[in-house]
Order: sequence, then structure tokens, then C-alpha cells
Amino acid sequence: MSFSVGIPRALLYYYYFPAWQAFFQTLGAEIVLSDETTKHILDQGVRAAVEETCLPVKLFLGHVANLCEKNVDFIFIPRVVSVERKKYLCPKFLGLPEIVRHCLPNLPEILTPEINWGQREGKTLAELKKLAARFCHEPGSFHRALQAALTAQKLYEAKLRQGLTPQEVLHNEKAPLPAGNIRVAVLGHAYNLNDSFLSLNLLKKLRALGAEVITAEMLPAQAIAKGVKSLVKESFWTFGHQLLGVGNYLLRENKIAGLVLVASFGCGPDSLICELIERFYKRQRNVPVLLLTLDEHTGEAGIITRLEAFVDMLYWRKAR
Amino acid sequence: MKVTFPHLGSLSLVLSGLFANLGLEVIPPPPISKRTIDLGVLHAPEFACLPLKINLGNFIEALELGADTIVMGGGTGPCRFGYYAQVQREILQDLGFKFQMIVLEPPQGQLSELVDKLMLLCGDKRPLQILQAVYTAWCKIKALDKLHREVLRHRAFEEEKGATTKAYEKGLSYLQQARTPAEVRAGLRKALALLTQAKQKEKKDALRVGLIGEVYMLLEPYANLQVEKLLGEMGVVVERSVYLSAWIKEHLILSSMRLPGGLATKRAAAKYIKYFVGGHGRETVGDMVRYARRGFDGVIHILPFTCTPEIVAQSILPVVSRQEGIPYLSLSLDEQSGEAGLITRLEAFLDLLQQRRRKSLSRAFKFATS
Repeated sequence: MSFSVGIPRALLYYYYFPAWQAFFQTLGAEIVLSDETTKHILDQGVRAAVEETCLPVKLFLGHVANLCEKNVDFIFIPRVVSVERKKYLCPKFLGLPEIVRHCLPNLPEILTPEINWGQREGKTLAELKKLAARFCHEPGSFHRALQAALTAQKLYEAKLRQGLTPQEVLHNEKAPLPAGNIRVAVLGHAYNLNDSFLSLNLLKKLRALGAEVITAEMLPAQAIAKGVKSLVKESFWTFGHQLLGVGNYLLRENKIAGLVLVASFGCGPDSLICELIERFYKRQRNVPVLLLTLDEHTGEAGIITRLEAFVDMLYWRKAR
Repeated sequence: MKVTFPHLGSLSLVLSGLFANLGLEVIPPPPISKRTIDLGVLHAPEFACLPLKINLGNFIEALELGADTIVMGGGTGPCRFGYYAQVQREILQDLGFKFQMIVLEPPQGQLSELVDKLMLLCGDKRPLQILQAVYTAWCKIKALDKLHREVLRHRAFEEEKGATTKAYEKGLSYLQQARTPAEVRAGLRKALALLTQAKQKEKKDALRVGLIGEVYMLLEPYANLQVEKLLGEMGVVVERSVYLSAWIKEHLILSSMRLPGGLATKRAAAKYIKYFVGGHGRETVGDMVRYARRGFDGVIHILPFTCTPEIVAQSILPVVSRQEGIPYLSLSLDEQSGEAGLITRLEAFLDLLQQRRRKSLSRAFKFATS
């Protein structure tokens, strides 16, 4: 039996796609990705969503709509509750299958296993096993698929640590030359930074201005752990934890000349996490911060002007 | 130690009494005002939700009055509320205030974690005294909730506009003075008697509207622009889905014993959403279904602007509305919301509900006469 599984090129795609791909391919599925983001795809999402929904979720809805046009048999939208102990993802990931179901008509069947690694490892495995059993009846196929997924994920994360961005790894792009006169960290959710339409190619633009770019994925877990040590209470959002940890670590170890914080308009967790990072940087007074907020009206010209001004200032500071 | 805390509806009556019974000096924040919100908005992150901003304003005003210890609630996620205290502490420190912050987190498994933190506040009091103080506070919360339910029921039929609110405020002051469970009971009796003394119109055919949504916004009248009072004075019988006593029972007592709570609501929501989405999102959907099944004319959904769990619920409400046949009005409120705009929207919504009623009545009449 051959079947196709559609995966929207948005949100957790940038974190876990290699694992998902390996899992379903081992089970004999054909993977269909939605097209790269265009204005049309975003507009489809904006129309389907309630207006207050954050930008990346609107875009996700657009990608699901795009997949519907491709006549896939299934669309994979896992309910990712937690990926580590005592931490959650943002509430929108917890309710993502419901948001999709209630906002978009005429969907193919949605596969929504609950991934709750932090609280219910056994149940998560059982759900994945049930999912695998639907497609492949060979004994042991689930374990093979799971192993393949874990291996692919490890490989993916290793590549990120070498200084590649998720976009570069997932699209098989060449790594940029490690040139760059100043180091700039860009902190934000991978699904915003690596979507060239949403972020207006922010990372590439910074590189073109002569900056060496660091993102959160490039740093090892130890760096995050070091960074959050000074907090009274750790953040209970996995991504917020990562951003806070990396931000603090880079500040304390004096690793960067400037920091660009990228948040999407109306992002709940970011409203608090970015505030804390900004405050910690302001207290130290030696690393400038640029905060960019993205929404569906963000214009390219405005972003370029601000980036250029910011980088100019960093050069000026360095020369002084 | 001069203790303060954030405002949440009539919670300050309870906490002032509780801390006083524990022998602490209490400096409650001044009542929420325009200044409170302005201070909060000035210093809080722009996209934080309104409750965080109001809390922050409360803390600043209380610290200005000389408080040095802030008692604040916490949480384990994924709702933002659980991280409020961490951000507020940093902001207040940057503003140069000297204080300590005691964050009461809902126990993850053991009630003892919470008890340990409470002991910080209790100092040298004996366990029996502490238990008595806590029990009195609990009685007070229940009495306040009971009184509030009655107020909502009475207001729609008041003869003289504002009479119910006046009686309610008087009743609150009786409960505020109560220091023991017996005094609380006596206070409640007096307050309820006062309420029934106010003259009532004939009770018939009032519209019934349920309030659903995020907990803080429902419980704090200043934040929801007194929507209950506005509706009541327009002659609508209002019912609020969330009460503090029920919330404490479910989230502090039952959850610490690892027992599920709010089952009826969760069951009602199950057709649309079976999973926890943080905060109060699933309950919002369940409450709407329950009001529909009880034959309410409509529901009003209240959320703070950018509240993630409620936006998940908001995405589902149109479907619930269609399938259960109940109109709803979703109000996303922040510091910019004004009363005039709200009144216009409420009036339009109530008109729509009236029309629906007339239509279904005339349909029933046609059916009966044909």
C-alpha cells in the first residue's frame, strides 16, 4: 500500500522534519511538503485564522491549505505537548490540531499523535506505535521507524551545531564562508527566522552586511544550562528556555558584538522572554540589542534600514 | 514585614483578613485606577497581557505606600501567568524598589511545597492558629461567591438602577469586617437580606447570558469594564462561569491529590477539544457548550488581548456556536478598551438575541396554530 503524508513547511518542520521524514519513509510513505511560503500561502492562512492568532500559526494554516490542494492522503500535525521534563511548548502547539480542524474546511485525514515526552513517555510511544501499525504490518517496523527517526534527528542537530541554519540543512544549501567581521546573535523561533518570506531573509541580509550570524540552534545544551543558572525560576517553555539560556550565555561569555531579537506580533511567551533578555542586556550596557517584531504587514524596506543602521553602529563601536 | 498582593475582584477582602489573622501587617494596593493601569503599561512589556500590567501597577502603588513583601501566585505552564512573577520581579528591581517576593506555586504533586512557602509568611504562629486563619479565609471566599451569584440574579430586575450594586458594596463591607467563620456566616446573612430588601420588578422573560473566558478578566471588574453590571442594568440575567472557590478546589486541592476536577465542563468540551491547551482554553469551550444546552440566549467570551490559550478557544467557538445554536460575542480587551465602544457592542448583541427570541416564538406560534 502506498500512501502520501503531507507535512506543512512551517512551525515544527524546522525543528523535527528529518525525524518525521525518516519515520514515515521507513513505514513506506511518500512525503509531500507544502510549497515554500508565498504571499498567496500566507493570505490563505490569514483568511482562515481568527484575527488574533500569531503570524506563524496563520502561516501554518496557509501551508495546510496548500497541502489540501496537492491531494495528499494524510496530513501530519502532531500534538506536541512537551519534549522534555517539566517544560511545555506554547499553548498553540497543544491546540494546533483543533485550530486546523475548526478553521479549515474539507481536510484530508489528519494524523495527530500526542507527543508528551516530558510527562507521558509510555503513552507517547504507544500512540506512535498505533500510528505505525496503521500503515505497516510487518513485525518490528515501528521500532525500525523510531530508530531511523532518532538517528536522523541526531544527525540533523549535529549539523546545526556546526554553524548551519535549519534552512541551510533542510534545503541542502551550502554553508556560508565563516567570514564576517562582527559576530551578531539572532535569537527568535526557528520557524520565524528560517522562513525566508516571514523573516524577509533576515539571516542572509545580515551576512551580506558582513556579520557572522549565530542562532540558538548552533549552541550545545551545556551553553543553555550555563545561561539559565542565574535565573530564580527557569522558563517552562522549551523554546523560551532555549532563548533565555543562549541569550544569557552569550552575554556572560562576551561572545557577541550585537543581538537581534526577533519576535512575532502577539507571541505570548516571547512577550515575557524577550523582555527579560532585553533587561539583562541593558543592565550590562555593553552589547546593543535590536528588537524586531514581525507581522503580516512587515515591509522589507523598514527591516533593511534598521538592520543597516544597527550593523553600522556595531562597526562604529568596534572601530572606537 | 509589610505584605501586599495583587488585586483580583474581591480577593483583597480575603487576603487582607487572612494576613491580618496571621499577625502580619498588610498594605493592600490602592483600588485599581487609571493610574494603576498607566503605571503597569509604562513599565510592562508591550505585548504582555492586561492582567500582568494591572498586577504590576498594583505592586508599584503598594510599594510606594511602604510594602516590602509581595505575595504572588505562580504556575507551571504553559499559560504565561506562571511566569509573571519572574518578569515583574526584574522590572520592579530595575525601578529601584527594595522588596522580597514570595511566589506561591500550585503544588506539583505535593501540597507540602505550598505549605512550606506559606510557613515563610506564618512565622511563629501555631499550626492551629494558621489552620483557623486559612479556614476563615476559605469560608469568606465561599460567602463572597454566594453573594456575587445572588447579585447577578437580582440586578436584572432591580426597580431603581444601581440599587443592587449599592447593596452589594454594603454587603462586601460586612464580609470584610468578619474575622471568624461565625462572623462570616452572620455577615453573609445580613448582606443577602440587604439584597432582597431592594425593590424588584416582576420577573419575566429576561435574556440570559453566560460569561465565559479567561479567569482574571472574568473575576476583575475593572479589567472587564464592569461588563456584568452593564448587562445587569440592561435587564439581562448574567451567569459567570468561573468562581474563585471552584477554581481553588479544582486547581489547588484536587490537583494536589492528583484528582481531576471540572469533569462536567471537560466532558461538554470533548466533542470539540479533548486536550488541555494551557490556561482556561478548554474550559471556555466546555462552558459555552453547557450554557447552550441549558438554553441560554447567548454567551460573551472575554479574553485579554494576545492570550494564547483563549485564542485557541476562539478558533473553535464559531463551530460551537453553529453546532449548538448559540450566538456569542468575543471581547478581546486591553488597556485601550473603552466603555462606550463596549456598550454599543453589547446593545447590538442583545438586540440580536431579542430578535432570535421573537423569531423562535413566532415560529412556535405558527406551528401551534397551523
